[in-house]
Amino acid sequence: MDKKPEDIKVILATDCGSTTTKAILIKYHEGEYRLVVRGEAPTTVEAPFEDVTMGVLNAVSEVTELAGRELIDKEGRIIRPTENDKGCDIYISTSSAGGGLQMMVAGVVRSMTAKSAEHAALGAGAIVMDVIASNDKRLPYQQIERIRQLRPDMILLSGGIDGGTIKHVAELAELISAADPKPRLGIGYHLPVIFAGNKEARGEVKDIIEDKVDLRIVENIRPVLEEENLKPAREMIHNLFMEHVMAQAPGYKKLMGWTDAPIMPTPGAVGAIMKRVADEENIQVLGVDIGGATTDVFSVFNNPSYDPTKAEHETENPKTIFNRTVSANLGMSYSISNVFKEAGIKNIVRWIPFDMDEVVLRNQVKNKMIRPTTIPQAIETLIFEQAVAREALRLALIQHCNFATTLKGVQKQRTISETFEQVGSDTIVDLMGLDIVIGSGGVLSHAPRRNQAAMLLLDAFQPYGITRLAVDSIFMMPQLGVLSTIHPKAATEVFRKDCLIHLGTAVCPFGNSKTGTKVGKYRIETEDGDIHTGELLYGFMEKFDLPVGKTAKLRFEPARGFDIGRGSGKTLETVVHGGVVGLILDGRGRPLVIPEDNTERVQSLVRWLLALDVYPEEALKINR
Amino acid sequence: MGHIYTPGLKVTEYTHIKKSRILPLKGNVVVEVGQKVRPDDVVARTELPGSVDQISVSNLLGCDPDDLPIFMRVETGESVEAGTVIAQNNGFLGTGIFRTSVKMPFEGSVESVSTVTGNVLLRAKPIPVEITAYIEGEVTEIIPDEGVIVEADASFIQGIFGVGGERFGEIVIASEDRLKDLEEDLIHDSHRGKILVCGRRVTAGAFRKAMDNGVKAIVAGGIDDRDLRDFLGYDIGVAITGSENIETTLIITEGFGEIPMAQGTFNLLKKYKGRSASVNGATQIRAGVIRPEIVIAQPEPPEGFTEPVKSKLGLNLGSVVRVIRYPYFGQLGEVVALPPELQVLESESKARVLKVRFEDGSEAMVPRANVEMIEG
Repeated sequence: MDKKPEDIKVILATDCGSTTTKAILIKYHEGEYRLVVRGEAPTTVEAPFEDVTMGVLNAVSEVTELAGRELIDKEGRIIRPTENDKGCDIYISTSSAGGGLQMMVAGVVRSMTAKSAEHAALGAGAIVMDVIASNDKRLPYQQIERIRQLRPDMILLSGGIDGGTIKHVAELAELISAADPKPRLGIGYHLPVIFAGNKEARGEVKDIIEDKVDLRIVENIRPVLEEENLKPAREMIHNLFMEHVMAQAPGYKKLMGWTDAPIMPTPGAVGAIMKRVADEENIQVLGVDIGGATTDVFSVFNNPSYDPTKAEHETENPKTIFNRTVSANLGMSYSISNVFKEAGIKNIVRWIPFDMDEVVLRNQVKNKMIRPTTIPQAIETLIFEQAVAREALRLALIQHCNFATTLKGVQKQRTISETFEQVGSDTIVDLMGLDIVIGSGGVLSHAPRRNQAAMLLLDAFQPYGITRLAVDSIFMMPQLGVLSTIHPKAATEVFRKDCLIHLGTAVCPFGNSKTGTKVGKYRIETEDGDIHTGELLYGFMEKFDLPVGKTAKLRFEPARGFDIGRGSGKTLETVVHGGVVGLILDGRGRPLVIPEDNTERVQSLVRWLLALDVYPEEALKINR
Repeated sequence: MGHIYTPGLKVTEYTHIKKSRILPLKGNVVVEVGQKVRPDDVVARTELPGSVDQISVSNLLGCDPDDLPIFMRVETGESVEAGTVIAQNNGFLGTGIFRTSVKMPFEGSVESVSTVTGNVLLRAKPIPVEITAYIEGEVTEIIPDEGVIVEADASFIQGIFGVGGERFGEIVIASEDRLKDLEEDLIHDSHRGKILVCGRRVTAGAFRKAMDNGVKAIVAGGIDDRDLRDFLGYDIGVAITGSENIETTLIITEGFGEIPMAQGTFNLLKKYKGRSASVNGATQIRAGVIRPEIVIAQPEPPEGFTEPVKSKLGLNLGSVVRVIRYPYFGQLGEVVALPPELQVLESESKARVLKVRFEDGSEAMVPRANVEMIEG
């Protein structure tokens, strides 16, 4: 793209999802970039249409109607550049249609090079179908069968630090060669395989698989144990995604000819915008997108190994670490039955403030699975679906925490106190240091009450300390992500002003006690000078109105055994931000314990749901 | 958007269908264009490469990977019987005493020998695969080396969900009463090899007895999910089915629970009792939706059959719909109003709705997303 950023005043962006294509129009007006309108239409990758551009044009037509701005010419092309009130300056797109980007990764040690390969693939926006490692406890024939069965779009082969093992890397290449894998799309071409392992094994890898696959060699993903160098592999994944995967999907060649920047895989674009915002504002972010089939979790947390005495460097000394996980079978429609299976009926029912018969409940879940586009009409159906969503989010976060860890294989010096603390988990997900949780996806963004979205995020993620909550109302993070690669200013401006709906701030002390005992004393002073003081009791929640854009001074003195972020029993004074829900004081303790006794459980749930005005009172009355 | 398209399941007495019968790998097509085929006729054959195993021969022989070719007793690509010595060293101090041998663990061939890793890849002999015609019809197209297209005029019924793969058999009605469940007592020895139709729900006990009695397939209105889990022994997490290791295919036409088959579907199956049908339980509810199906070949148009009038695309006043979500789940009715503006539901969600008059004369507002059209 040869346009200067300052010449870009009208931006059209689309995201081609597996079911819906979403278009947004952004305009520069009175010194700032703002979202103008959004339109959507069904995606047209599958029969009978088999041309993704039809869905794109339909979505853009809706934008045209809503914005009153002509964007498509008589030949069905997007008008560029802008002429008076017609057309746009740039058009960009992301895509997850046709199943997105499906990859298989391989490495020598499951928790080291194979994991780095998985990081690179997930970071590039792929669905990782399987991870093959020399030590994954499967026999070679089982690994070969697996590679043969899966038919990925590409394989990322890593293994060995530079100067390390050659034999194990060659063995992995032999497995791939023996499986002779075929790509998912396009019968006539070789499967792309990226080799990003020990540079001294390149010759051997070439000899073994070059004839059978489309081999690309990039820098080692793990040149030394202490470093991950993901960028070259990630860029090659994006290039191959454009060259092979997109080029094979119906209509994409045409679409690629239309866009002013390479089409990005949707989750890769979401990661790009989140990382940019986290870095610019110096905050730690946890984001989730819960869809019908999958749940993506993104996070940007401080690097525990960051050395402030050295210069910040993307690979050698990163200040923050971005992680993304895809829980492929946790979702609210196609995968709802799998959430039920994974979480277990008991864990789902614990969030429902009334009794449900197991046979009825099971049938409801399966009927949603086979007719995934239906919506809850009755309030109890909504309550039930949101209970399932809590579990899908909870399980997705567990997977994310297990994945987002410090680099394995690095020798670490532990202090005596760390040794006594028995720091078992290496996760870098820090629920106390977390600044903001951003939720996205139908069940969060389209919840009839915003309070429901806030409650879902609190119940599922259980953040500690002070955490802001937000939802991406119309899920435009993908479009903003690809925009951030060519016009960061426009992307971050729209992200801040139009993308997020701030729900408010949650105050969640860590610790447990008996119901009704003191968790802490609070003092809230609003900008208008209103002062609220009181005691937060264990097992109770409170909500104060604090509108969007307003702040308040909060002083919280935790009782003994409770921590609000400064240490057990230590007072915190801070400024908290408002939102459409307000300021939430969550005295339920952490980790959150749901009473085992059914009567007590229902009473507690009803108390919490009423305190946050989550459901209509009548819907909960029968159970009080 | 100009119109709302609410997809429904196809239930039609006479239509033209095309089935692609494609091999998983390239192979030989064994029929010709114009050839009439029966469901169990083989149309194409191939051989899947045998499974592969890897043996670290240099470790077993105690030699350097570089020296491995010296000790190999079999050429790369050579076919050998199970038990054949494929590599052997020279024994103690090269004297030929205490030689170590590596034998072929199965019948197959040596695929490759690596002087880097010292591994030998072995491939078992190929596995033959045959593709049948699946439906009764005519071969209309040959896709060279890959398969064929079989076409037929047929009655065609789509179900909503199924388990089990392709089957072929005679249609038998278990009970003429559409509101009766399929219990064990309705299944007899005479049902062996048949496709058994019942109007309402099938129980786990009946499903199990049907399998014991060699019933080819069951077509029912619904099933309780708990019964399905009890029968399969596991919960279905993701709706991609068809490859279950069961002898009896199950197709449900309406959904999970005690739900009767739509009258039109039941009548059609009843009309063709005694006729042969092809069924497939394979279901995939994701991009590229696959629904289970029942195909009854109709070489001639059925007596009295008239081409149904094509309704306008999408929902219209007078369209017959089925509600597919609680609280009216399973009820059939006629669309009597299509208010254009969004309405607030009991769940407080805002959605576009329609008013439906049910068969008992009562009326209700239902989200448009929660109905499906009954297609003819």
